[in-house]
Amino acid sequence: MGVGQNFRLAISSLMTSKVRAFLTMLGIIIGVAAVIVITGLGSGMQRMMNEQFEQLGANLIQVTVYGRGGGSRFVDTDDMYRLVEENPDYLTGVTPYIMTQTLVRSGTEEFDHTSVYGVSEDFSSMASAFGNTLQEGRFLQYLDVQRKQNVCVVGAYINETAFGGNALGQSISLSGTHYTIVGVLAPSGDVTEGSGNDVIYIPYTNACTINGTSETDLFMFTCPGEDTAAVAKQIIDDYLYSVYLSEDYYYTMTSAEMITMMNMMINIMMSVLIAIAAISLLVGGIGIMNIMLVSVSERTREIGIRKSLGAKRRDIRLQFVIEAGTTSAVGGVIGIVFGALVTGIASPILTGMMTGMGGTGSFNAAPTVGAVAIAFGVSVGIGVLFGYLPANKAAKLNPIDALRYE
Amino acid sequence: MSALIELHNIYKIYHMGDTEVHALDGITLQIQKGEFVAIVGQSGSGKSTAMNIIGCLDVPTSGTYRLNGVDVSTMKDDEQAEIRNKMLGFIFQQYNLLPKLNVQENVELSLLYAGVPAEERHARAQKALRRVGLLTKAKNMPNQLSGGQQQRVSIARALAGDPSVILADEPTGALDSRTSREVLSFLQELNREGNTIVLITHDNSIAVRAQRIVRLQDGRIIYDGPADDPKAVVQPSEAGEEAMA
Repeated sequence: MGVGQNFRLAISSLMTSKVRAFLTMLGIIIGVAAVIVITGLGSGMQRMMNEQFEQLGANLIQVTVYGRGGGSRFVDTDDMYRLVEENPDYLTGVTPYIMTQTLVRSGTEEFDHTSVYGVSEDFSSMASAFGNTLQEGRFLQYLDVQRKQNVCVVGAYINETAFGGNALGQSISLSGTHYTIVGVLAPSGDVTEGSGNDVIYIPYTNACTINGTSETDLFMFTCPGEDTAAVAKQIIDDYLYSVYLSEDYYYTMTSAEMITMMNMMINIMMSVLIAIAAISLLVGGIGIMNIMLVSVSERTREIGIRKSLGAKRRDIRLQFVIEAGTTSAVGGVIGIVFGALVTGIASPILTGMMTGMGGTGSFNAAPTVGAVAIAFGVSVGIGVLFGYLPANKAAKLNPIDALRYE
Repeated sequence: MSALIELHNIYKIYHMGDTEVHALDGITLQIQKGEFVAIVGQSGSGKSTAMNIIGCLDVPTSGTYRLNGVDVSTMKDDEQAEIRNKMLGFIFQQYNLLPKLNVQENVELSLLYAGVPAEERHARAQKALRRVGLLTKAKNMPNQLSGGQQQRVSIARALAGDPSVILADEPTGALDSRTSREVLSFLQELNREGNTIVLITHDNSIAVRAQRIVRLQDGRIIYDGPADDPKAVVQPSEAGEEAMA
C-alpha cells in the first residue's frame, strides 16, 4: 500500500512537533556529523600525506642498519656505492644520512637546536623530499664529498637568524671548524628554531670525521621509478643479507611502503574514531525507538481506525517503520550538512596547524561521497531497525481496544 | 438463498477475575440483503459486542457467524482485516476521521488498503463524496468541517469501498437533533438504494427509523421484529422507565 502517502504522513508528523522531532533526531545528527567530520578530516590527512610522499618521490628506498650483530663485517658507504654501480638499471643514487652532534656557532651566537646531517651529492635529488629546495647557491658536489671540503648548505632559519638572509659565501663554525656556506635552502613551513628549516647539510665524509666513526645507520637510495622500487629493494635486501646473514640487523622500506604504512595508521585511527561515533548512532537509534513507542500509544485510536478500514498488520507496521526511517533519515541529512559545515570550518584551521608543524602538503579536508552515502544509509537503517519494535507493537494492537482508546 | 448475515448461537464470554461475564448469551440472528436493521439496547445489553462481532472486529467465544456465506467466526486478525476491508463499511459516533489527512484521502483510505490503483481510488472517492454532497470539500481537512459534514465524510468513506453491509455505531450520538435527522434520512435513502444497513443505538427514537428492530438485553434478544410494532420500543421490564419517545 501507499509508501508515498506513508512518507508524506511521516514528514507532516515530523513538522507538527518540530522540537520533539529534533530532539529525537539529535543522537543520529551527532553520530552522523561525527562520522562525516572524522572521515573528512581523515581523508584530508591521507591526501596530505600522499601529496607529501609524492613530493618525496615514489622512487626512494630507505635503509636502516641496526648494528653489525655478532659478525665482524658491517656495511659502509663505499659498499652501498658499489651496489649502485653494479645495478645501474635499478639504483640511481645513494646517500648516507648521518646525524651529527655538532656545536654550531656563528660569531658568538650558538645554535643548540640546529640539526647537522652528513649526506652525499646524491642527496640533491632527494632534498626536495625533505621540504628542502635550493634557494640560491649550489648543493654539495662529488668533489666536496671526496675531498672532505669544509662546505655546507644551510636552511632558511640559519640564513635568516645568523646572516640576515645573506648567508651565501659566509662561513659558519661547526665543532670549531669553519665551513663555507655554498648553498641556501628555501623556507618551507614555519621558520623557527628546531624546525625543518633549522638544518645544515655537510659532506658525509666530514660528518664521519666529526662523529669519529665511518659506520652509518641510515642510507637512502633512489631508483629510476616506482615500478622498479620493489626489485631495487630486493637487490639491497639480498646484499645486506649476504653481509649480515640475518634479517634482524637491517630494515629497508620503499616510499610506497611508507605510504601504505601511513595510510594504514590513519585508517586504524579513523576506524577507532568511527567506532566511537557509532555508539552515538546506537544511542540515537534507541532514542528513535523510545519516541516511536510513545507515538504508537498516542496514536492508538488512529491505528484502530485504520484497522477497522481493513489495514493489515503489515500495513500498520510499514507505516511506523517508514515514519521511523524517515525521522532518522532526516536526522541523517541534517547530520551530513552539519558535519560538512564543521569539516569546512576545521579544514583551514588544521591546515594552519599542519603547515605550522613543517608539513608541506596542502591539507584539504572535505566530506567524502562514500562517507555521505554510508552515513545516510546507516541512519535510515537505524531508523528502520529501531522502528521495527514499536511498529510491530502497533501492528498487533487489537482493533476494538484501539478504537475505544481515549 | 442464505441470509447476508447469519449469527448462530453466538456467545461472547469475558473473564473478569473469577466471574464470567456473558456479553452475548446465545444470539441467533439473520439479516437479509437490503435490510435496515437497528440493534437496540441499553449500555451493558451486549449491543456493542454484537456490533464488534458483526463488524469482524472481534470473534465470538462460541457459535458461528457467516457473512455472505463465509464463516468468519474463527478468522485471524489479518483475515478479518481483509473481510472488513472488502465487505464492511463503518460509521462511528466520533466520525473517526484521520485529522492529518484531507477529506478525499480519508475517503480513499479503505481503497488504499485494498490496493486499488490511484486513479480508480480518486474516482471512487469523488463519486462517494458527490453522493454525500461534499465533493467541494474534498481538499479540506476534517477539522474545517462541521460535525454533520464530518459524519457525512465518514459515510462517504464507508460507501467508497462498496461494502455488503454498512455498520453504523451510534452515528448521531455526537450530533444535534436537526443534523441527526439529516444523517438518518440519508441512511434511509441509502437503504432504499439497496444498501444493507445495521444501526446500533441505545435511542429508540433513532431505532424506529429502521425497518426492523432487534432489541438486546443482558446479552439476549428480547425482541426481533418490524420497527412499527409498538412492542419494538416498549418492553414490559422497562415500561415504567422508558416512555414512548
